[in-house]
Order: sequence, then structure tokens, then C-alpha cells
Amino acid sequence: MADQVVLRHVTKQFTTRTLGTITAVNDFNLTVYEGECFSFLGPSGCGKTTTLRLIAGFEDLTDGEIELCGRLVSSKEKNLYVPPEERGLGMVFQAFAVWPHMIVFDNVAFPLKIQGINKHDIQKKVKEALRNTSLDGFESAYPSDLSGGQQQRIALARAIVTNPKVMLLDEPLSNLDPKLRETMRFEIKELQRKFNFTVIFVTHDQSEAMAISDRMMVCDMGNIIQIDTPINLYNRPVNRFVHSFLGESTFINVIIQDGKVYAKGNMEQALDIPIPPDVDREMVIATRPNAIELTRNRGYKTRIEKRTFLPDITEYLVPMGDQLLKVQTPHRIKFTQGEECYINLVNPMWYPAEDKELETERLRRQLI
Amino acid sequence: MTLYRNRKRSDLAAIDGKKFNLDLLMTGISFILLFIFAVIPIAMIAYNAFFYKGQFSLKLFTSVMTNKHNLAAMWNTIKIAFWVTICGTLMGLFYAWLLGRSDIPCKGLMRALFHIPYMFPPFIGAMAWDILFSGRGGYLNTWLMKTFNLPRAPFNINSLGGIIFVEISYFFPFVFMQVVSALERMDPTLEESARIAGASQGTVIRKITLPLVTPAISAGALLILISSLAHFGVPSILGFSKNIYTLPTMIYALISRSSGSFEGIRQGAALSIMLIAVVGIALIIQKKVLSSGGYDIIKGKSMRPTLIKLRGAKYPLLIISTLTLVIIVLMPLVTIFLVAMVRAYGLPLIPKNFTFKNYSKIFTSKATLDSIKNSLFLSVTAGLLCMFLGVMIAYVVNRIKPKGKGILELLSVLPYSIPGTVLAVGVILTWSGSLGINLYNTIWIILVAYLARYLSFSMESASASLQQVHSSLEEAARACGASHTESLIDITLPLIRPGMIAGFFLIFLPAMRELTTSVLLYGPYTRTLGVQVYSLREAGMIPQASALASVAIIIITICNALITEITKSRKGV
Repeated sequence: MADQVVLRHVTKQFTTRTLGTITAVNDFNLTVYEGECFSFLGPSGCGKTTTLRLIAGFEDLTDGEIELCGRLVSSKEKNLYVPPEERGLGMVFQAFAVWPHMIVFDNVAFPLKIQGINKHDIQKKVKEALRNTSLDGFESAYPSDLSGGQQQRIALARAIVTNPKVMLLDEPLSNLDPKLRETMRFEIKELQRKFNFTVIFVTHDQSEAMAISDRMMVCDMGNIIQIDTPINLYNRPVNRFVHSFLGESTFINVIIQDGKVYAKGNMEQALDIPIPPDVDREMVIATRPNAIELTRNRGYKTRIEKRTFLPDITEYLVPMGDQLLKVQTPHRIKFTQGEECYINLVNPMWYPAEDKELETERLRRQLI
Repeated sequence: MTLYRNRKRSDLAAIDGKKFNLDLLMTGISFILLFIFAVIPIAMIAYNAFFYKGQFSLKLFTSVMTNKHNLAAMWNTIKIAFWVTICGTLMGLFYAWLLGRSDIPCKGLMRALFHIPYMFPPFIGAMAWDILFSGRGGYLNTWLMKTFNLPRAPFNINSLGGIIFVEISYFFPFVFMQVVSALERMDPTLEESARIAGASQGTVIRKITLPLVTPAISAGALLILISSLAHFGVPSILGFSKNIYTLPTMIYALISRSSGSFEGIRQGAALSIMLIAVVGIALIIQKKVLSSGGYDIIKGKSMRPTLIKLRGAKYPLLIISTLTLVIIVLMPLVTIFLVAMVRAYGLPLIPKNFTFKNYSKIFTSKATLDSIKNSLFLSVTAGLLCMFLGVMIAYVVNRIKPKGKGILELLSVLPYSIPGTVLAVGVILTWSGSLGINLYNTIWIILVAYLARYLSFSMESASASLQQVHSSLEEAARACGASHTESLIDITLPLIRPGMIAGFFLIFLPAMRELTTSVLLYGPYTRTLGVQVYSLREAGMIPQASALASVAIIIITICNALITEITKSRKGV
């Protein structure tokens, strides 16, 4: 697999009159391989969109360099900046950005016309792109006559018509309704398999990112937090932020004493889990509500505080020390409110008790 | 239940148990008022143009239509409007692009300069240009002749070209404002996706940006076209001395030359039909273009558009554009204030020749003082009356929604759509005794004209605020036991008060600087501020005219600052 998109020490700072200098992207290092589907995931303001715009060339970087298909396109050191139109990328935007004054055919033909391709080939290529995005028959419609999903397909067709090696997708599905989102996700994946382009996909929706990506980057407040496959990110998050960002999380404050783990607020009953090396006296263990075993015979003894019957699962609130744990089980595991029960934590993650530094920084950002 | 089932919405007011029906009363008054203000004057023009002594006759109309002076005036009107529209649009477009899409510095300063033409009545600007570049003895012309030893004055502002130039400088902001707001609202990804598709910056402007703002451009351009066709001030100040007439100034000349005789007014009426025809065509085009609608270009997350780097051209462009703006916007202003201080017209503008006597004369001359008083009285009265009438009509149109509300809406904008000169002719024909009421030579005839002309301003302002007050608020009051009238007074009116105040100033300001209709309607004791400036200048008392003009500008500027303050602190509903 060849390196397709490489970021080295990429930093982008914005200077605003009111807020001073803000580092939107801080020393990003990452490599996206050929044919890979790579997602940038994070809450708003984490730097994911800015990174994408740096790759596209809509922003010039403050420091570092960017390489596309083996060609340097942005470099602070060499004072190099290739404008977006010369980067040979495909891109789809959140708001579709189809041109309302052109019919569907002209929208899709635009990149080809710019390249100066002859009319016959344009016809052929546009036809094919429209077929691949199931838009045949809409050639002479205006975008405003089509639905949101169809408009986004125009944008897709326009992006694939030039057969680019790298496709940038900037939250392309977030303006669509949930049902359509799933179909489009699948269609994008299909197109990628067919044309074998590299996809960089920006989103704040974790399930979207996990469903579509080979690998993904989770970032927060301008920093890369973790880059890995969806499975590893879900199972081995490096910190509490990633843990809570991907899927539902249950955090338990624990105290370690005499080689045993106690839930905070109950020093009588120890938890039966192995203790990793290098732990402080106070730690946080993290697990998923659906990864907690609820039984009638072995484990940490407690009782059901509250039961909620939901469409696909039953949710229980179970006290552990002075905390309430959320436990999700299939409907077939039945407990009644107030009933005695035992719980087991399966492969929990261990994190330091408090991420003070991160919390203060988050607070500071929220204030400005 | 069955008792109430068949009640219509309009009957709701009747549940009040009051003897009279407030809704019906307001609807009735609205129709009657608009009939009097809008329909009768226009009908009177048509009647007098085509009927003579109760007999249908095309004689007058054809003689006016074929008169070669009138045809020349029509041709001038069209020529001026054409060039003003073309050049004004290009200029507005250039500045809109510069401020909306390039990285030119000093954008704040330039934006501030664009506000000056709004406060500065065009005829006063024309006066200033006349002072500077008049073919005979304009200040700058004389100076240029002296310094460069020229045999003739290098510029002559008293020409078609001069009129076009001055009108451009007042009308180009129409296009600028429209386009700059379209550019600001436009989704930047529309342009970015074209860059990604491989288009260079120039191609993006040509193929994407320009077509997308075309609706805004044409809306602004048509506004220029219509304003220029109907414009009176600039061509009358600059054209009369060289016998250059446009249709509005020709109508004025016909009526003032015949010193109010009926024959002159009849000719004016016939000529008005010509002007209405020309403006009407432009209005129809405008309606067509505006109803075909713009593109939906506002979408997605707001992102700063990529500004085009001007690089080397940055500072030359900055200097040229700022300089042009300063010249066309600031120079007339400075000229008026300087000439207002000069001891005698023609003396060099140096401190030695300066005096404040022209200003003190304003307060000693009864005619001038009266004109200020008249204008204040007219503007405040017209503003207040229009404010209440506008709210009433807006309420009828938006809430009561009677049959024929479309007609009501149309009638309220009609008097503003027709040129001020034509409206004045209609008002003269209606209110000078032929229908039993004679207001001629009184201040009331001017007030009637102002009411007709500005009613649509306050109606639109009130409509906008009414649409923001959801009718459920009034219904909630009804549910709490308030009567229809009480809910109207206690709930709706207080909520739209900011809109009403804005509506007042929207009328007060233009009424203070009004010239076009008042110049046809004033009597010996009912001069307005605009008319007094105009006649002082006609009488050759240019420094005094300038002093009064500068006072007018100061009053308008202060009021404008007030309105900005008021609308800023306006509470959202």
C-alpha cells in the first residue's frame, strides 16, 4: 500500500480580533494509505474540518507539510502552496454545494469542461457517473427540483467524474435524514470499492465513522487523540474522552487498597478484576453498559434500583458503592425492581482518576 | 356547539358583543383612504389627459406626444436612465466584489462612505457639482483653467454626461447593497466545490459567482433604472441652464411656466401619461424579474468565504477605489459646507473670505425659517399619520385578510411606484377645487402628497413586524378573557411598537429632504426646506442655499444616527 495522503507536523493557527490566536490544528502527523477509507472524528471545533480544508488547499498551513500522492502540495519550510484546483481531488460538502443555476448534467460535466475534454467524452463520462450514482434520467433537471439525497448524489457524481485518486468528504451525510444516511453510506462504500479511490471522511457521528472506515482518527481541541481501526478504538480507547465518544460508557471511580479494587463508597466488598501494573490509589475503570454481566449467583453483590424496558434492550440502574451503574441486557435476562443481583465487569479499561489538564482546557475553550 | 359551528373567522370580533365591528371599520377605512390617495389622483391625470370639457379628445395628448421638445425630453430621460443603469451597475458590482470577496484593507472605512449618499439629497449633490464644474465659472474649472492655461473650461457638468455622472454617484449603492448582501449570504462551498473541480479563481467568478448573484444584480439595476427615470432633482439643477430636459423636469417646467394655469397642468397631465408609460414598462420588467426569483444559495454552516488575494494590485486598487469614493461622496459634501461660509459667491474658498453670516441669515430670514418649520411640521405629521395608517392597513392585510386584500396591498404601493412628479400633478388635479375641495397653495396639499407617497413605507415596516408577532399571542389574550379590541391594544400594538417607530423615521427622513413633489405643490407661504434651497439657488443666492443645505444635511444626519440607535436596541419578539 502506497502512502496517499501524508501530513507532517501540520499546524494551523487562526488569529481573530476578539479571541487572539487559536491553534485549530496542532502538530498533526498522519498517513492515509492508498484505497483506504479514513475518518476524521471528533466534536465540533476539534480541528477535523480545518484539517480537511488544509488538505484540499482552502487554507494555508501555519507550519508543517502535506503530501498528496507523493507530491508535496503544502509546505511551510519550502514556502510552497498549490491551489485547490491543481490538487486533483474530489470533494463532497455538507451542504451539497451543487450549483443551482446549472442543470444536473452541467453540474457533473463542469470539472470535465474545465479540463478541456471533448464533448463526446464528456457525454460518456457524465452518463457513467450519473449511472453510478443512480441519477440516470435526471440529466436536464435543476438541482432545486430534486430531493436532498439526490442533490448529494449530484455532488458525488461531480466528484467521481474525473476519477480522482483521493476523495474528501466533509460531513456529506449530516444534511440527510437518518434512513437515507444509511443507504448513502453504503453507496459511498460501493463507489469506493468500484473506483478504488482513497476516502477521507469527516464526521461527528461515531456510528457513521465506524461503519465506513478502515481506520479513523479521533481528535479533540486541535489534537490527535488516537488513530486506529474502529474495533481497536472501541475496545482499547486511550483515554476517557475516546471511550465516551465511541459508544455508551460507564465509568466507575475505584480505590485500590491492599491489592484489592473497591468501588468508591463501599470498602467492604472488593471487585473481582485483575489490577494492571502502575496504578494510583484512585483510578477510574471504564466499561460499556452492555459489557456488564448481570447474574444471580457470582460477582459483586448489589440490587436492582430501577428497571427501564426499552425497544431493543432492558436497562437497569444498579448501585455500586456511592455510584449508580447503567447496565443494558437483552430482554431475556429478567430482573425485577429491588431484586438482589450480582454484576461482573468484563475486560474494563483503566484510566487515571481525573484528567485535570484536559478538563481545564475544555472549559477554557467553552468560555471563549 | 351547533350554535358556533357555522361562525366564520371574521365573526370572531362580533363575539365581543360590541355594537360596532372594529375589524369591519378598519377594513372600510383602509379601502376608502387608499381609494382617495391612490386611485383618484391617477384617475384624474388620465381623465384630464384624454377628456376636455367632458368630451373624450385625443387632441391634447397627440399634440403633446408629437411635440419635438417633449420627445427630446423623453429621449433624454431614457438615455440618462440607460447609462446611469449600466455604469451604476458596473460600479456597484466592482465595489461589491472588492468588499465582499477580496482582501482589500480599510473595508470599514469604505462601507461608512457608502452610507453618505443615503443622507445626502441628490439635488444638493448636483448643486455642489454645479458649483465645482459649471461650464461658466465653476470653482474647479476656473482653477484648472488658471493653472494649466486652458482656453476653455475643461469640464461641463451642465450636460447629459454631467447629469449621468452625478446620478450614478447617488444610485450605484443600490446595486452595491444588493450584491454585497447576496455575496455575504452565499454558501462559500458553492465556490469551493468549483475550485476542487479544477476551476481557477477567475473561472469561478465567471461561471459560479456571477451567475449566482445575477438575481441580486438585476434587482439592483432595475431599482437604479426606475429611480433614474423618475428622478427630478439632478437633471433640473444641472439641465435647466442649458435647456436639457427630462420628462419629470419638463412636466415641472410646463406647470411652473404657465404659473399654475389649467392649460399648463393639463399638458403636464398628458406628459405624465408618457412618463408613467416609460416607468410602467420598467416596473413590469422588475416584477417579472423579481418573481422569477433568486437561487437558493444560503445553506449549510456559515464559513468565511475564501478571500481572493489581490497581492500586488492590493494597494493601487485600494488607492483608486477609496479615492473615487471620496471624490464622488465626500467632495460634494465639503463643497456645500465651504461655499456655505463664503462671503460672496465666486470668491476663492480661503479662510479670509469665510463668514458665518450665511448661517445667521437663515435664522433672520422669515422665508427660510418658515421653510424649516414647514418641513418639520410636514415630516412629523406625515410620519405620525402614516405610522398609524400603515399599521392599520398592515393589520387589515395580514390579520383580517378581507376579500380584495391584494388590491389593498397594490393600492398602498401604487403611489410610490409612480414618479413623484406625476403624483404631484395628480394631487394638484384632485385637490384644487375640481372635486369640491380646494387645498391649492396650502400646506395641506403637500401633506396629502406626502401621505400618498410614503404610506407604503410604514405599511411595509408594520407588516414585517406584524408577521413576527404570531397570531397565537393575540389568541392567547382572547383565551385569557380579553376582548378583540383589548388584545389588539394590549398585546399586538406594544409588540410592534419598534416597527412603528422605525416606520416613522423611514418617512420622516425622506420627507425632510423631499423636493420632487413639494416643488410642484408649494405656495408663497408653504415652501419646504428642499424647495427653499432650490429657490435660493435659482435666485442666484448660492452661499445662502448652501448654508441651508448644510443645515438640512446636519438635521438628516442626526435623525439618521437616532434611527440606527433605535433599531439597534430593538427587542426581538
